[in-house]
Amino acid sequence: MITFDDINIGDCLPVLSTEKISRTTLALYAGASGDYNPIHIDIDFAKSAGMDDVFAHGMLSMAYLGRLLTHWVDQRSIQKIDVRFTAITPLFAQIICTGVVQKKQLIDEQEVIEVLVEAKDFNSGEIKISGIAIINLTENRNS
Amino acid sequence: MLDKNDIGKVFEPITASVEKGRLSRFAKAIGEKNPIYLDDATAKSAGYDDLPVPPTFLFCLKMDVDNPFENYESLGVSLEKLLHANQSFEYFGTAVAGDILTFNSVVEDIYIKKGGALEFLIEKTNVINQRDEHIANLVTTLVIRN
Repeated sequence: MITFDDINIGDCLPVLSTEKISRTTLALYAGASGDYNPIHIDIDFAKSAGMDDVFAHGMLSMAYLGRLLTHWVDQRSIQKIDVRFTAITPLFAQIICTGVVQKKQLIDEQEVIEVLVEAKDFNSGEIKISGIAIINLTENRNS
Repeated sequence: MLDKNDIGKVFEPITASVEKGRLSRFAKAIGEKNPIYLDDATAKSAGYDDLPVPPTFLFCLKMDVDNPFENYESLGVSLEKLLHANQSFEYFGTAVAGDILTFNSVVEDIYIKKGGALEFLIEKTNVINQRDEHIANLVTTLVIRN
């Protein structure tokens, strides 16, 4: 597992790229997450709301960002994730998640890393989600 | 229209148990293949009491009621106009399968932008487990496009 000493400002996390988002992806996510908002699964409802089609749950892409982070560090060292949803993710988009270390600080003997995290459209590069994750690599911070 | 008088409104607490089947369905839905989230023995050897709840799944457990949008609808929000603008999670502990979590939510703020074309609703939720341990705080910002 990665340690505080291994990390430098500017380091990139291993990129996570996902499969194309299909209607099945959204149905599976709706069922698993409990988010049955019809705007994500019912084309008739989406049209009545003025959209061309259903679109992906923002929280699906945020879950991908969660995978980006837990692939890099132990989940127990994640102190905070704070993001803004900047654009809707349409059907058939493919999302890639990136992270760049922005800060590395010792705060009250706590080894704290701040990472800029983004979920983007693989083809257009458009940012769908942008935010920060605070990682505390101090050993046994929760015990 | 939202009503600023609803700032401070406390929603009914939501209690949700963390079921293993839900966790594995969620892992499948988000393409998670890390065995820590799928296999009991791997999770335990990593020091968890059981399968851990992945970072954003707390948001889903909070929707574990008949109509998860009822609270927002009671404030005058219609789903057609609703978008998720911001989401934060702050963690103090990790929940695992078998835990029973309670979500206490309050309307933190309501404000308008663009002369009423956009309304914002900020909901803050704290998550407590069955041992009264503070697991996380969630802050959700919703935007209503009028």
